[in-house]
Amino acid sequence: MLFDFVFYMFAVIVIVSAMGVVFSKKMMYSAFSLLFTFFGMAGLYVLLSADFVAVTQIMVYVGGILVLIVFGVMLTSKITGVDIKTGTIGKIQLTVGAITSVIVAIILLFTYLNVEWMTSQFQIEVSTTTHFIGFGLFTEYLLPFFVAAILLLVAFIGAAKIARRK
Amino acid sequence: MEIGLTHYLVVSALLFSLGVFGIVTRKNSILVLMGLELILNSANLNFIAFSKFKGLNIEGHIATLFVIVLAAAEVAVALAIILNIYQNYHHIDVDEINKLKE
Repeated sequence: MLFDFVFYMFAVIVIVSAMGVVFSKKMMYSAFSLLFTFFGMAGLYVLLSADFVAVTQIMVYVGGILVLIVFGVMLTSKITGVDIKTGTIGKIQLTVGAITSVIVAIILLFTYLNVEWMTSQFQIEVSTTTHFIGFGLFTEYLLPFFVAAILLLVAFIGAAKIARRK
Repeated sequence: MEIGLTHYLVVSALLFSLGVFGIVTRKNSILVLMGLELILNSANLNFIAFSKFKGLNIEGHIATLFVIVLAAAEVAVALAIILNIYQNYHHIDVDEINKLKE
């Protein structure tokens, strides 16, 4: 019962703040709504017994990506002007976009609700997933791990190179 | 009704369609980026949910970690490009950016 309540609370937080991200008129409000979306997702991960991923979500998304996005918002908008607004869009584009996303939602929901997913009742009882993730990363997924590390290095050097003023 | 796999999948589907809506209707490129983050998060939720309901299969967690790493790299590069565009155009409306260099 309590589990259900917590799940619905986090689900509502995620969906409502995601709506805030896409519907709000001001960029800063969108950025802060994104914060609540990321925290709600971390809560859902905890409910799905993915503790390590939840903490990674908070550290990387909230601590890194969100700070980068807020910096981007502040660096690319004139604070005093009207440019901090998200910019209006024509009625036709808005209608087409709304129809597209509603169709996507309907297709996804139809699929998810009608397919008989292969779930297993058997649940491994573990206290923490960190051990298994570490073991997996350094045995079976060693090559992707190193490729991801090099990709991060290259991406950050490239980002610094691109963003530098001439 | 007990919370099952479909509950999480419904949340992820709604998140995905909200992200699609954000990407196709926003003019500001940083807000397009935020819509992209929503979509990546919904994919991550699917990975974790399927991993849980297949008996805590750890592969979903590892895939999610790689997605998070790629999202971080992608945001860094995208914001660098957006800053560069802002220096040239003094705005970041995706509708009006049509030249790669001046």
